[in-house]
Amino acid sequence: MHALVFIKQVPDASQVRVNYETGTLIREGVPAILNPFEAHAVEEAVKLREKHGGKVTVLTMGPPQATEALKECLSRGADKAYLLSDRVFAGSDTLATSYALFEGAKKIIEMEGEVDLFFAGKQAIDGDTAQTGPGIATRFDIPLVTYLIKLDDVNFEKKRAVATRLTEFGQETLQVPLPAFFTVEESLNELSHSPLPWLIKAAQSKIERLSSENVNLDREQCGLRHSPTKVKKAFTPEKRQRGETLTGSVEEMVQKTSDILIPFLKKDL
Amino acid sequence: MGKTIDLTKKDHEISHYKNIWVFVEQTDGVAHSVSFELLSKARELAKQLDCQVGAVSIGRSVSHLAEEVFRFGADKFYIVEDEIFKDYRTEPFRDALSKLVIRYKPEIFLIGATTQGRDLSGSVATELRTGLTADTTKQEIDPETGMLMMTRPTFGGSLMATIVCPKDRPQMSTVRPGVFKAIPVELPKEGEIIRGKTNLTEALIVKKILKKVVSSEGNINLGFYDVIVAGGKGMGNKDNFNMIKELAELLGGAWAGSRKAVELGYAPQSRQVGQTGQTVHPKLYIACGISGAIQHLVGMQTSDVIISVNTDQNAPVFDVSTYCIVEDAIKFVPRLIAELKEQKLTPVKNEQ
Ligand SMILES: Cc1cc2nc3c(=O)[nH]c(=O)nc-3n(C[C@H](O)[C@H](O)[C@H](O)COP(=O)(O)OP(=O)(O)OC[C@H]3O[C@@H](n4cnc5c(N)ncnc54)[C@H](O)[C@@H]3O)c2cc1C
Ligand SMILES: Nc1ncnc2c1ncn2[C@@H]1O[C@H](COP(=O)(O)O)[C@@H](O)[C@H]1O
Repeated sequence: MHALVFIKQVPDASQVRVNYETGTLIREGVPAILNPFEAHAVEEAVKLREKHGGKVTVLTMGPPQATEALKECLSRGADKAYLLSDRVFAGSDTLATSYALFEGAKKIIEMEGEVDLFFAGKQAIDGDTAQTGPGIATRFDIPLVTYLIKLDDVNFEKKRAVATRLTEFGQETLQVPLPAFFTVEESLNELSHSPLPWLIKAAQSKIERLSSENVNLDREQCGLRHSPTKVKKAFTPEKRQRGETLTGSVEEMVQKTSDILIPFLKKDL
Repeated sequence: MGKTIDLTKKDHEISHYKNIWVFVEQTDGVAHSVSFELLSKARELAKQLDCQVGAVSIGRSVSHLAEEVFRFGADKFYIVEDEIFKDYRTEPFRDALSKLVIRYKPEIFLIGATTQGRDLSGSVATELRTGLTADTTKQEIDPETGMLMMTRPTFGGSLMATIVCPKDRPQMSTVRPGVFKAIPVELPKEGEIIRGKTNLTEALIVKKILKKVVSSEGNINLGFYDVIVAGGKGMGNKDNFNMIKELAELLGGAWAGSRKAVELGYAPQSRQVGQTGQTVHPKLYIACGISGAIQHLVGMQTSDVIISVNTDQNAPVFDVSTYCIVEDAIKFVPRLIAELKEQKLTPVKNEQ
């Protein structure tokens, strides 16, 4: 079993503040964290390895600081971590990102062997686009299962898996051949505490570096210049103001609230 | 492993692309309301660009949607009907849709930012090697360049970004349900139906659906609701949380919870609102016993009207609330329920 998990380091969106004067984000002092969905993706991959043997590899494309997030994945039980970092990637949009990760993944397959299951988070909390996973899966032309909430019956002999995902109206259970690509929800599993040996091993492991020097890249598909989408402007949304505070007795407030609710309701005649 | 579509067939001359397309998402033959919202928006944009609006749908049987599609302003309805499209599956839908785009060259392509739409749009945009702007809340035409300007929230709503796709076509974008209004045209015309074919067969599709479960309890897409009533730790216990459910039901909405409510077992994770839960933007959000931690606010602060009930007058949730009720929710909510019942008020049904 070989699982490859695409992970991203993101600024903790909850701690990002906005400077309303300049209309920019204040990122200084904002801690970078492992995108929360990826912790669950790693957890699932590690669970599979514990059951079937094999290995879990993690890959991120990002600046050198992203090693921190990779280390967290190692301490969560991943076996090997790759950092794909290069100036040519700067400013990549999702199409360029999925290209870089696709090429990075192909390099990993070359070095570490075929991958049976690819995992990514459902979305990254900074950009919230949820496109990178579908993008990589399309480039590999392998089946995609988004919003994964349950993975069972992974059969490596028959090379197939049964997976349950969220849909607009509930859930559906799918059978897919392997290799397949999964983007995961947090409810997929509960995060477990890492045993001490994993933590020690993680502290001692080194992060493998990938760049345009050892990955076969078409520069015409990388970075800001070759990203089809461009940010024309960024601005802060109007800040919401505290509205009206209802006053009076509970009865009076209930009355007032029911008046407020009228537009959402109609009289049942 | 290779690519599914021969991209050399794609026309890279952007001036050859014309008209605005809207993906009509449907399940078992019933169209998703966001499709009509997008058609209405597309019509407005098409007026500025002096072009046509095309609706496009894929399914086992979708031709019956034509009347509705034309009523909301489509000039043409492109459809591909086949048994293999009975249920949504990424790969056959992606391939069929990409082929239609390559053939008919729409300049702009709008898709609902639903579970299905997000799955599909990311795949189609990659297949076509074009740009995709996800989860937009505003669409305008730049009067100078004629380009589509797509505005979307990032960082959980702390920042807005306006994005363009200057050199690739179509300019693709997903839009959240409820952002635009579906407005039928005054004098609907009988449009033209254009049927596409697929050369896919079931044997060629490796992904099989084994089971579908429709549920309102377990996993729910909160983005679908106009009204959401959410409870937090302040509800005190699981029994009290029933009043959240009852109020939601009375208002024809969905119930939800904060992360603490989830951790305490009052609500399932699938109903969590916030940074690590769902992002919602209903017409009405009622927060009961929720402090309003930033991780919660980022998931709901774009709601049209927010009513909050909290005993602490300084609770941060009030900073984003339209109406602030400084009161014990356990006292207030049951009385509100009683009042609504007494007045015999029932939820206004969605138009569609
Ligand atoms: C990485 C990360 C991600 C997170 N993601 C999310 C997320 O997605 N969603 C989320 O919600 N949180 C999230 N959180 C947690 C968040 O920080 C808060 O802890 C959580 O939202 C608090 O939930 P609460 O408001 O129910 O509880 P509390 O903060 O404990 O607030 C309870 C409130 O109830 C009020 N109250 C008490 N009794 C009553 C009463 N009888 N009537 C009325 N009011 C009463 C109190 O005054 C208080 O304001 C996340 C945290 C982290 C670190
Ligand atoms: N730079 C990156 N490196 C590795 N994985 C990424 C990167 N960007 C996105 N991903 C993966 O794709 C998922 C969706 O990201 P997004 O499309 O940005 O919402 C994330 O949860 C990650 O698993």
